[in-house]
Amino acid sequence: MNAANILFYIMSFIVLASALYVAASKHLVRSVFMFFVTLFALAGLYVLSLADFVAVTQIVVYVGGILVLILFAFMLSGRETLDVLQTENRSIWKINNLPAMLIVGLFFIILINVILQTNADHLGWITDSIKLKNNITNSGEMTANIGVNLMTRYLLPFEIVSILLMMALVGAAHLSRKEQQA
Amino acid sequence: MISLTNYLVVSGILFCIGLYVVLVKRNAIQILIGIEMMLNAAILNLVAFGKYDKVNNGGQMFALFAIILAAATTAVALAIILNVYRRYKTIDPDKVDQLKD
Repeated sequence: MNAANILFYIMSFIVLASALYVAASKHLVRSVFMFFVTLFALAGLYVLSLADFVAVTQIVVYVGGILVLILFAFMLSGRETLDVLQTENRSIWKINNLPAMLIVGLFFIILINVILQTNADHLGWITDSIKLKNNITNSGEMTANIGVNLMTRYLLPFEIVSILLMMALVGAAHLSRKEQQA
Repeated sequence: MISLTNYLVVSGILFCIGLYVVLVKRNAIQILIGIEMMLNAAILNLVAFGKYDKVNNGGQMFALFAIILAAATTAVALAIILNVYRRYKTIDPDKVDQLKD
């Protein structure tokens, strides 16, 4: 039980607790802000998994971009949706939620079974990679390696993703503009 | 050294919470948040396994691509939600049940 393990448990507790709060909360704004906490703690988990560049990207893109977009959409969609959502009194333990709970519970059992049977730490390629010292340790610069790989090995997916991102943003701007005549 | 099974269990629970949010919530924005949670669970797996690929960096790279795709999805989805709100004055997916005229 070293410091990394304790940090991992704290971070994952924060992730799961805030995600549960998002699921259970009736207050929409509060749940959106709780989602911030989930994303930050997930970035912490990425750092613990020695992926610092992904963690920084997570904070910049998710927290800086996506959540601000969500807050915008939510404030543009007016007061009355808010009022409706807040006055309706819905407990988690309503009968309407029973099918969803059943599906989620069974799916969770399946997932846990699969995870426990996989025994992920002793997969063939993982033991090979540890033997060949191909695993990332906490020394050395990984970000430079990511940059080099992005421009050589993963150049095609990178370009495709950039074109798709541009198309999506142009499409979003087109969809959300005001109609001139109607 | 954190075992991979821990990461898998955390991301499994996060995925299930996201699925629950998608199934239960009556608000398109909250459903979008649920989808983001499920995407994040998948990204957590990619990153956790990407630790064992130092040369090619496959896991971290595709985690980055998944984050970018999530951004694109969210932008388009929010534009659609705004249009739906403008037309129906509600963003409850259960009440949006009419095609155009």
